[in-house]
Amino acid sequence: MTARRRGRRLRQTGWNIVGLVVFVVMVFPVFWMISTAFKTDDQIVGEKPTWLPLHPTLAHFRDAIDRPFFWDDVKNSLIVVSVTVAISIVLAFLAAVALARYRFGGRKLFVVLVIGIQMLPQAGLIIPLYVVLARYHQVNALSGLIVTYMTFVLPFCVWTLRGFLLGIPKDLEEAAMVDGSTRLGVFVKILLPLMGPGLVATSVFAFITTWNEYIFARVLLNDQQKQTVTVWLSYFLGSSRHTDWGALMAASTLTAIPVIVFFLLVQRRIAFGLTAGAVRG
Amino acid sequence: MLDSSSNAAAGTLLGTSRRRRRLGVRAAHAAVPYALILPVVAVIGVILGYPLYWLVKLSTERYGLFELIRHAGVSVGLANYHSVLHDSIFWRTLLRTVVFTTANVVLTMVLGMAIALLLVRVSAVVRVLLSSGLVLVWSMPVVVAVQVWYWMTNFENGVVNYVLTELHVGNFFHHDWYVTTFSQLSLVTLLIVWGALPFVVITLYAGLAQVPGDLVEAAEVDGARSWRIFLDITLPILRPIVLILTSLSIIWDFGVFTQPYLLIGQSKITSGNYLMSIYLFEEGYFKSDFGRGAAISILMLLMVAALSVVYVRKMVRMGEAVQ
Repeated sequence: MTARRRGRRLRQTGWNIVGLVVFVVMVFPVFWMISTAFKTDDQIVGEKPTWLPLHPTLAHFRDAIDRPFFWDDVKNSLIVVSVTVAISIVLAFLAAVALARYRFGGRKLFVVLVIGIQMLPQAGLIIPLYVVLARYHQVNALSGLIVTYMTFVLPFCVWTLRGFLLGIPKDLEEAAMVDGSTRLGVFVKILLPLMGPGLVATSVFAFITTWNEYIFARVLLNDQQKQTVTVWLSYFLGSSRHTDWGALMAASTLTAIPVIVFFLLVQRRIAFGLTAGAVRG
Repeated sequence: MLDSSSNAAAGTLLGTSRRRRRLGVRAAHAAVPYALILPVVAVIGVILGYPLYWLVKLSTERYGLFELIRHAGVSVGLANYHSVLHDSIFWRTLLRTVVFTTANVVLTMVLGMAIALLLVRVSAVVRVLLSSGLVLVWSMPVVVAVQVWYWMTNFENGVVNYVLTELHVGNFFHHDWYVTTFSQLSLVTLLIVWGALPFVVITLYAGLAQVPGDLVEAAEVDGARSWRIFLDITLPILRPIVLILTSLSIIWDFGVFTQPYLLIGQSKITSGNYLMSIYLFEEGYFKSDFGRGAAISILMLLMVAALSVVYVRKMVRMGEAVQ
C-alpha cells in the first residue's frame, strides 16, 4: 500500500517537473525580451549570456522612445484603434441584438457573412483595398486604414457580443415589457447595464487585434510619420540588421505592454466567448 | 419576437380598424432586426463588397503603376490566370505552403493536446503557474514576438545557439539559422506553434473538464490502460473542439504572412522560400503588378474558402443550436 502511494507521489513529482519545463520553455522568450531590455550593452553582446540584469539600466528605453517617429506612430495607433473600436462596438451591438433576440429571414446568411469574413486571409485583400483606396486618395491616410480595420473588427464584435447577449435571460426583458416599458426603455434600462462587462471585454479585445495588426498598416500607410507602432517596430532594425538589440527589446517591451495588460484583464471572459459553443458541444 | 404570442392573442379581441393598426405595428416590428443589422451590412458591403468587385475586375486587366495613376486598366481577359497557373513558382509555393501548413497544424494540435493533458495531471500550484504563463504568451503581439525570436536566434550572440551548445546538442557556435529554406521555415514554424499553443491548450483544457471523472475511474478500475482511456473516452468527447481548433489552425496557417515575412526578413525572401501570402505580396503588391496579384488573390481566397466550409458550417449550426 505504501509502496503504491510512494509510486503515485513519484509520478506526480515527475509530471510537475515536466510541467515546470514546459513553463520555462514557453515563457522564456517573454522573459528574455524584458531581461535584455534592461541589460547593459556589454552584457548583451557578451560571449556568455547574462540571465538576469542585476544592475538594470533604462538607457535602452530612453534610446527607443527617442528614435524618430516613435511618438508619431504611437499617436497614430491610438487614433486608429480608438476610432475603429468606438464605431465598431456601437454598430456591432445593434446587429448583435438582432441576432440574439430576433428571428428574421436572411438571418442565416448574415451569420455566414459574420463568420466567413473573419476567415478571410488578410493578404488576399491587400491588392483590391490598396487599389480602391488609392482611387479615393485614402492611401497613406489614417481614415483609409480605419475603414479597412472596421470590416474585420465588426464581424468579430457582432459575434462576441451576440454570445454575451445570449447569456442574459430573455425573461428579464419580457417582465419589463409586461410592466409597460417600451422596447427602447428595456434596452437602456436593462440590456445596456447588464451588457457592461461584455461591451468592455469585446472593446478591449478589438483594441488588441487592431493595435497588433501589421499587413494592412504596412501596405496602406507608406509615410514613416503616418505609420502605426507595429510597423514602426518592424522597421526598427532597418535593412542592415546589425543592431542595437537592447533598444530593439526595449521598443518591443513598450509595444507589448499595453496589450499584455489589457489582455490579462479580459482574457478569461473572451476565451470563454470564443469557444463557449464549442465547449458546450 | 418578444411579444408575438401576446400580439396574436390581442389581435383576435380587437376590432378591424384597431387590428389594421396593429398589423402596421407588427410590420414595423418585423423591420426592427433589419434596421439593427443595416449599419453593419452597409459598412461591410461598401468596404468589403466594393473592393471584392474590384478584385474580380482587376484580375482580368493589366494593371500596374501606370494604370493605377491613370485610374484605368487594360482588359486582358484571363491572361493573368493563365500566367499564374503556368508559373512553376506558383505550384512550388502551393506545395510548400501545404507541407508547411500540415507541419504547423500537426505540431500545434499534438503538443496542444499533450500540454492540456499535462495540465490535468500536475499539482494545483504548477497548474496555475503554467496556465498564467500560457496566457502571458498568448498576449504577445505577433510583431513583437518576431523581434524577440530573431534576437534569440541570431548567429552572433543568440541565446539559442548558446543553450544548444551547452546542452551538447552539437556545436552551434555562430550557427546561422537563416541560410537554408528548411531552417528558415522551421524557425517560423516554431514561432507560430509557440504563439498558437496557449489558445489551443486552454481551449482543450476547458474541454477536458467535460470528461466525466467517474467514467475514467471506472475504466481504470477495470484495468484499462491510460492510452486506451484517452482514445475511447477522452478523444470522442473532445472531438468537436479538436475539429474546430484544427480547421481554424489550417485556415490561419495557410494564409500566414507576418511571421514568415518578418522573421525571414524581406532581404532574404526569394521565390525559393515563398509561402502563399508572401508570393502574393511580392508578385502583386511589391512589384506593382496588381492585375496578376488580383488573380493570385482570387485563387488563394478560393482555396481558403474551400478550407473554411467545414468550419463555417459547424459554427453556424452551433450558433443556431444555442439560440
